[in-house]
Amino acid sequence: MAEFWVFWILAPISLGSAIAMILMRNAVHSALMLVLNFFTLAAFYAVLEAQFLAVVQIIVYAGAIMVLFLFVLMLLGIARDEPLGSPVRGQKAGAVVLGLLLLAGLSVGVAGPFMGAEAVCGAEATEPAEPAGDGPACAGLAEVNAAEGGNIRQVGLRLFTDYVWPFEVMSVLLVIAALGAMVLGRRREDPSELVDGPRETGAVAVRAPLRSPAPDEEETR
Amino acid sequence: MIVPAGHYLILAAALFTVGVVGVLVRRSLIVMFMSIELMLNSVNLTLVTFARIHGNLDGQILSFFVMVVAAAEVTVGLALIVNLFRLKASTDADQVDALRA
Repeated sequence: MAEFWVFWILAPISLGSAIAMILMRNAVHSALMLVLNFFTLAAFYAVLEAQFLAVVQIIVYAGAIMVLFLFVLMLLGIARDEPLGSPVRGQKAGAVVLGLLLLAGLSVGVAGPFMGAEAVCGAEATEPAEPAGDGPACAGLAEVNAAEGGNIRQVGLRLFTDYVWPFEVMSVLLVIAALGAMVLGRRREDPSELVDGPRETGAVAVRAPLRSPAPDEEETR
Repeated sequence: MIVPAGHYLILAAALFTVGVVGVLVRRSLIVMFMSIELMLNSVNLTLVTFARIHGNLDGQILSFFVMVVAAAEVTVGLALIVNLFRLKASTDADQVDALRA
């Protein structure tokens, strides 16, 4: 029952904020709409018995990632409105038509088999004794979550046993991404390093070997 | 008064479609990037829904990994956009034609 109201109240907000995000001319307004969308998705996760993901969604997406977006928007000062129109003729109409085709395909292909009321849990999960009422809709995941420690402990256990190798790879990925962002973000003093800057062709390649043996070689001699 | 899993899947499909249209229509690189985040989030919603349909946690863990990859991607992508802004003084996707012959 609670899930019904959560879904039918938050689904229009979620979809509306997503559409508003791509319609807003001002990039900061787009970012704020995206934050609203992320919060509604966190509520869906909570209702879908993924409490851990609901919290991570708010902390990581609505917190960290959107702060990063807003910080970059404010830092660059590009919140001004985007010019209307596009150099490609018919781009917007074509994009909308393609999007509707994609939506129809996804709805029929992915969501179609799960539209019936009997598809709340699917064939694999066991149905609860009384489907109506305030209890969990599906017994399969509810059983897993009802085990010791609940959803968060179960996800953690799975993460550090079956999925420990992907978990370690993820940590390496995060370190590499942080290092890459630092390298990309450092301020370049030499204008010739810039792609569009003044370029001395061949000078860098020649200068490097000539400069290296200078001070130490003289001392040893 | 129950919500079939298909409703969540259709919502996720609609969010994904909005993300695709956003990438195709918008000209600001940052808004295109936010549309990509929207697509990743809709896929996460699909994964969580299927995790409930199948009654195990694997979908939720895969969804967690998607979030981690998205965080890494945002870090590097925004650094690239800041660099691009320093070069071109703009984040318009139409201005970025450095590879044009």
